[in-house]
Amino acid sequence: MRLLTHNMLACNIKGVTNGYPLGLEAEKWVEKEVDFNADFLRGVFPKIEWRALVGAARALGFPDLLPEDAPDPSVLSSSDDFLRRFHRALLELHVEEGALVCPETGRRFPISKGIPNMLLHEDEV
Amino acid sequence: MPRPELQAPPEIFYNETEARKYTTSSRIIEVQARISTRALELLNLPSDGIPRLLLDIGCGSGLSGETLSENGHHWIGYDISQSMLNIALEREAEGDLLLSDVGQGLGMRPGVIDGAISISAVQWLCYADKSSHEPRARLKAFFGSLYRCLARGARAVLQLYSENMDQSEMIMKAAMRAGFAGGVVVDYPHSTKARKAYLVLTCGPSSMQTSLPKGKGEDCEDCSDGDESDDDNSETVGIYDRHRPTKRLKLNKKKGKGKAWLLKKKEQMRNKGYTVPPDTKYTGRKRKNHF
Ligand SMILES: C[S@@+](CC[C@H](N)C(=O)[O-])C[C@H]1O[C@@H](n2cnc3c(N)ncnc32)[C@H](O)[C@@H]1O
Repeated sequence: MRLLTHNMLACNIKGVTNGYPLGLEAEKWVEKEVDFNADFLRGVFPKIEWRALVGAARALGFPDLLPEDAPDPSVLSSSDDFLRRFHRALLELHVEEGALVCPETGRRFPISKGIPNMLLHEDEV
Repeated sequence: MPRPELQAPPEIFYNETEARKYTTSSRIIEVQARISTRALELLNLPSDGIPRLLLDIGCGSGLSGETLSENGHHWIGYDISQSMLNIALEREAEGDLLLSDVGQGLGMRPGVIDGAISISAVQWLCYADKSSHEPRARLKAFFGSLYRCLARGARAVLQLYSENMDQSEMIMKAAMRAGFAGGVVVDYPHSTKARKAYLVLTCGPSSMQTSLPKGKGEDCEDCSDGDESDDDNSETVGIYDRHRPTKRLKLNKKKGKGKAWLLKKKEQMRNKGYTVPPDTKYTGRKRKNHF
């Protein structure tokens, strides 16, 4: 699971109102090279919850990869360095083993072989 | 063989043996590639070459996702079968995979997804596999969450095999209640084998009436039964929009050959000595459009 996906996912348990962002426990992660495409990054930037992305990168041990606060969108055209870091955080870091944790209920969704198990129990739907 | 949906729940039906076919059967691989290519085409993404973030609902082995990757897009795949997802891992699918039952909803933030495809998966939601399953509630959870996570104007293209017209109506109604506008595109409507129905849905206000594409092979180009060639060239694109009065949903109904013609034909066959089913109130009755 890439941090892009983590950024989009929210807890789906019935009745949960503050299910975002999911906590990230990363026991094992890998880095895989992905084709760099600045247009994709510019398109997706407005949809990213910045604090959640920063938090997820930190959970993987990258406290300084991204600026703490959401940068002004103008960096997308002015800073290649920023784009490279954004690209790496969003698309190249993959969580292999660990868990996603609902911030409201504490329910853990285990991640195994890179795949989060989001199946809900019957009393959660 | 009965339909897979009647045999077992999807997470059981798509076991290791079934999943293995998605790497070994060239027919299955070819079919997935062909349908997903068509679904991507029907998504009608802007042709600016910019990669988008897409969903693959029932992504299974990742064959359909491969089509998305080959076209440069990023995708997130949902599937309920661990065995199918294991094949996707084996194939090194480039999308992210989620073990998830889409009948429980997608769990995505609102407005972040640029499009969604689904290949032969959504009809599974019409079957109650557990006592707690209520197909209507599951369709509602699925379409509601799909509608919310799509960006305004984005499309979802769902290829599906429905068992009968009640089922296709149930699916279509659930999509409309969730707020979608759209319709059905049928490719090769005259062929039992090649026939494929795609539910093409748009999120938010749309101009589907003008932009819904025509199905392939509608003009009888691979019509096998010569006998049927005088059949009216049926309109196979149904257009639905919940903002329109429901009566108009029935637009472009096929006109068959009519009851009188049928009764005459049956009489002729009887006279030739064939066994022909008796004439009843069902003979030559109107049938609703379904996919
Ligand atoms: C015909 S297969 C599609 C295969 C896939 N497109 C591929 O390339 O391998 C249908 C898939 O839908 C999945 N499915 C059925 N019901 C589902 C549900 N409720 N939630 C998630 N996936 C489901 C099945 O597990 C199966 O993998």
